Amino acid sequence: MRLTRRRLLATGGPALALPFLGREARAQGTGRVVVVGGGFGGATAARALAALGHEVTLVERQPTYWTCPFSNAVLAGLSPMEAIAFGYDALRAGGLTVVEGEAQGIDPERREVRLGDGALPYDRLVLSPGIDLRFDALPGYDEAAAEVMPHAWKAGPQTELLRRQIEAMEDGGVVAIAVPENPFRCPPGPYERASLIAHYLKAQKPRSKILILDAKDAFSKRPLFEEAWAALYPGLIEWVPVSLGGKVVGVDPGTMTLRTDFAEHRVAVANVIPPQRAGTIATAAEVADATGWCPVSPETFESALVPGIHVIGDACLAGAMPKSAFSANAQAKVAAQAIDALLRGGTPGPSKLINTCYSLAAPDYGFTVAGVYQPSDGALAEVEGAGGTSPLGAPAAVRAAEADYARAWYGTITAEAFG
Amino acid sequence: MVAMVNIPETAAPGDIVEVKILISHPMETGFRTGADGNLVPRDIIHELRCLYAGEEVFRAEIFPAIAANPFLGFFLRATETAEVELLWTDEAGQEHSERRTLTVG
Repeated sequence: MRLTRRRLLATGGPALALPFLGREARAQGTGRVVVVGGGFGGATAARALAALGHEVTLVERQPTYWTCPFSNAVLAGLSPMEAIAFGYDALRAGGLTVVEGEAQGIDPERREVRLGDGALPYDRLVLSPGIDLRFDALPGYDEAAAEVMPHAWKAGPQTELLRRQIEAMEDGGVVAIAVPENPFRCPPGPYERASLIAHYLKAQKPRSKILILDAKDAFSKRPLFEEAWAALYPGLIEWVPVSLGGKVVGVDPGTMTLRTDFAEHRVAVANVIPPQRAGTIATAAEVADATGWCPVSPETFESALVPGIHVIGDACLAGAMPKSAFSANAQAKVAAQAIDALLRGGTPGPSKLINTCYSLAAPDYGFTVAGVYQPSDGALAEVEGAGGTSPLGAPAAVRAAEADYARAWYGTITAEAFG
Repeated sequence: MVAMVNIPETAAPGDIVEVKILISHPMETGFRTGADGNLVPRDIIHELRCLYAGEEVFRAEIFPAIAANPFLGFFLRATETAEVELLWTDEAGQEHSERRTLTVG
């Protein structure tokens, strides 16, 4: 075996962890784990760690979590907000503590999470803070602008706002969707959103249009989306890639204008998805690097910057894995197993993860991209020959079946995360 | 070859106006290996010039380090009503151009 620098670091791992063994040994094999963030990553990790016998506290700001998956169905009027709302009662019933509050800082030396009114000690910390929208990145787009031009990229009141705007729009209006550069949460999300809004417009406001202004030249499952748009919504969706001047460089909510370097678009509804970074606590904990995201070990999801802190979900730099609920759930399980092994004085096993992104182009028209990931040269890389996308030109029955699989997946993953 | 150009249609004498151009181009470096294991041949934009009233006011040499879809922006002083012409050269040495009229007054 060739001994690379990385392998040396990896074999040096247990020795580096020695200073903490005393504390962890006192906990007699189990430990106190604090999980910050109650989304797909955090809720899954908290439940998995509690099931493994650890003393788990989940810190979450809000009593209700609205899922981004299937929030595009809400925008299209296909399901109500309640269909994507989850609470934490099942987690509490499962023997872990849920603290409704905001983690304001981390003391990695004392191993404490600072809350508004006290501190939570931990042996291992899991951060699953999701994303922060960068309100400093797009001229004109701040928090006030988001009340006029909703991002709806964190589900909840923003989803309702965008839904109301689309409902109130007159027939013949233009709905614009501004898409940022990679990386961002849910790579196929903007295009599923365009599809499902088009589904609503085609039936209710058929003279309307959707304009996707994109800061990229390619997107996830593009051939499948374009095939679906041509079949279901001909002429309704226009996609402008960056090479044709699609990148939005400024907005004016007062005049409902989106500005590129080459044109100004006055629209009826503006869904502006701004650039993103890891949730605020990641910056406060100094686990985010200059990219705004968090480098982690692909085996344990332990931060490459601060020991004892594991970062999962959208906030982490997970190599080839997309930022998705499925990824967060898979990463949560790998991190939980690794934390369990570390707290019991063992060595984490090898990691292998799966992601599948389902997209709906219509309620009965679904397709997927799936991938299998394992560590390679210090990052998660896609296993060649595994995964893939749905075939082009598939019969309607295949698309309808995949739409059913998407709903079944949603039922499974929300049950696993939230009970 | 598609290019997006943004030049103001009108300006007052002496105004500084911004000229923007985005050329839709892959900017293939020549250093990348394709699916067949062979190097993908270099295919880049080599030079971009701007003529204002027939006189060269801007010239840029472009190299493989420039990313796909090169975007250039620069300023010129509006002195007279005249054509602003952007010319660029591709890998085969062929010249492409876009023209706009800038009305000054």
